[in-house]
Amino acid sequence: MKKILQGNIALCEGAIDGGLDAYYAYPITPQNEISAYFAEVLPKLNKVFLQAESELAAINMVFGTALTGKRAMTTSSSPGISLMQEGISYLCGCELPCVIVNVMRGGPGLGNISGSQQDYFQSTRGGGHGDYYTIVLAPFSVKEIYEFAKESFLLAEKYRNPVLIIFDGYLGQMMEVFDTDSDEGKLNVKLDEPIDKSWVLDGAKNRPSRKIHSLLMAEGELEIHNLKLKEKYDKIRKNEVRVEFYNVDDAEICIVAYGMSARVSLEAMYKLRQQGLKIGLIRPKTLWPFPYKEINDVAKKTKKFLVVEMNLGQMIEDVKLAVDGNAEVYFYGRSGGCLVSSKEVVENIKKIL
Amino acid sequence: MNPTKFVKPKSLKETHHNYCPGCGHGIIHRLVAEVIDELNIREKTIGIAPVGCAVFAYDYWDFDVAEAAHGRPPAVATGIKRVLPDRIVFTYQGDGDLAAIGTAEIIHAANRSENITVIFVNNTVYGMTSGQMAPTTLLGQKTLTTPYGREVSRDGYPLKVCELLSVLEGTRFIARGAVTNPKNIIQTKTYIKKAFMKQIENKGFSLVEILSMCPSGLHMTPLESIKWVEEELVKFFPLGVYKDV
Amino acid sequence: MTTTTTKKSFVVKIDKEYCKGCELCIVNCPQKILVLSNNINKLGYRYVEIVDETKCIGCGRCYIMCPDYLIEIYEK
Repeated sequence: MKKILQGNIALCEGAIDGGLDAYYAYPITPQNEISAYFAEVLPKLNKVFLQAESELAAINMVFGTALTGKRAMTTSSSPGISLMQEGISYLCGCELPCVIVNVMRGGPGLGNISGSQQDYFQSTRGGGHGDYYTIVLAPFSVKEIYEFAKESFLLAEKYRNPVLIIFDGYLGQMMEVFDTDSDEGKLNVKLDEPIDKSWVLDGAKNRPSRKIHSLLMAEGELEIHNLKLKEKYDKIRKNEVRVEFYNVDDAEICIVAYGMSARVSLEAMYKLRQQGLKIGLIRPKTLWPFPYKEINDVAKKTKKFLVVEMNLGQMIEDVKLAVDGNAEVYFYGRSGGCLVSSKEVVENIKKIL
Repeated sequence: MNPTKFVKPKSLKETHHNYCPGCGHGIIHRLVAEVIDELNIREKTIGIAPVGCAVFAYDYWDFDVAEAAHGRPPAVATGIKRVLPDRIVFTYQGDGDLAAIGTAEIIHAANRSENITVIFVNNTVYGMTSGQMAPTTLLGQKTLTTPYGREVSRDGYPLKVCELLSVLEGTRFIARGAVTNPKNIIQTKTYIKKAFMKQIENKGFSLVEILSMCPSGLHMTPLESIKWVEEELVKFFPLGVYKDV
Repeated sequence: MTTTTTKKSFVVKIDKEYCKGCELCIVNCPQKILVLSNNINKLGYRYVEIVDETKCIGCGRCYIMCPDYLIEIYEK
């Protein structure tokens, strides 16, 4: 069945279909459609909706619900996500599953309300204090927003870790047709064992009391915990990379882009192919874990990469790491909430031919 | 031998706590545990420990406890109570946690009349971090960050939490007690019990502020700190029930 | 008619090894039968001792004041 949805609404429907129990958030552009939709729909489904007094409060309400083993989500945009970093660090330290959505806008500071990709570092390098990572999903279409949102809770519970879904404000506002029957955009999260809920706090009835905390003061205790987290992150790195390749096999130059930058770069790639140029596109769908190995493999044959971002150079660092000196890495980006254009991508490719 | 009622409550673990000699937390943890035992709610209680000396409360109470970020317990409590409304959810917070960094969270939880119980321990200093000024530090009081005494022009006035929250329509039971002598302690326990009863009866938000001793932070002996709380603190923060609706 | 009251007697148990010598129980005992020992426990504190258990009236004030739950009172 074909459906037309706005990106922000597709997120809502995906989350509800994915088993959302509680949604807490604070107003911020460009994602206010999400809380308006949930405010109307969730009470009818007997699920929890609450507008919090701040993003600080919202992420901590998510923390509270996550403690009980139920599925909690919050959404915000860049400045609000900055406020949530403390909460995210605590969520990771306590190994609590939940979903956090960043509909990115221009920054730094108050910035503007236009779409951007300026939070790549914030999203993929932990963001708050401590050695931790959140799984970062980067949809590039309204269908992917729906599918990623739907499977995000399972992914979070599989690893007892927060999952971040990030997409720029343009994707959030965009309306698109998609086919609900197609498998396109699915993450296909696989469970190797049933989800463990032996840690949840829901009242010590017929069982010993439990505690959940991230303060570990005993000698050596915190290192042991961090090593346990590392083991988990290594497992995620091994099993959960998702990346899409377009015309990469014979590509002389590969574009690397995600989200809206990838949509635009796809169009640029087709234009260039029509002109007989061998251009490919690598589109990471997980920004963490990043497809280092996959890009490294491509760099064995392709010797030029153009990283396209809606920022002034963040993912390019990961591409350089992946390529490991085996190819040249170039950059094209727009900042301050400006969209990249396929015309500009084509021009930049031609510059490095 | 038959025990009288003077034995340790079940909701306290055997673990000996590491609070300083004469610290009020020990007494207050016990009162909370006694009330939970007497109301028979241990199996459905979830407590939230603060950042502060009482962060380790999860090692001392024998029911489900989580640690929250500084100031955030009321938001965390909201996240639990909204999805598990039949559980008894309470926060235990110090003066820095509740009245400094956590003012937004406590005011809004109270304003929403979240059906939770808040135990607010007021000892006028940040004990865990060596005794800095707290929102409730008295004017003229010397602390680590007010070595010449708290002055209005620089630091403002001590915050009166019970008075502040009583004004909010969402609050149902607000009381201030102290743990300096047996009479006060017994009275404070009745407030704590009333506060938990409000939650059990689904009446809405309740808070009990408890004037407590921090001998280390105040640089006094345990007995001196009791005298100080009874003579100075109670004057500024009057004891009693501020609201009961 | 005469009424006889049997004086109740109590057993007071003090876990002295964890006493921190805060003296809160001592100053609140109406019978004045609690004192600080001259010895120190493993924690390094002078701990509380009961000088005459027969004088205990089982009021429980020591239990109420003790921040470390070291005191238990049983009726004999």
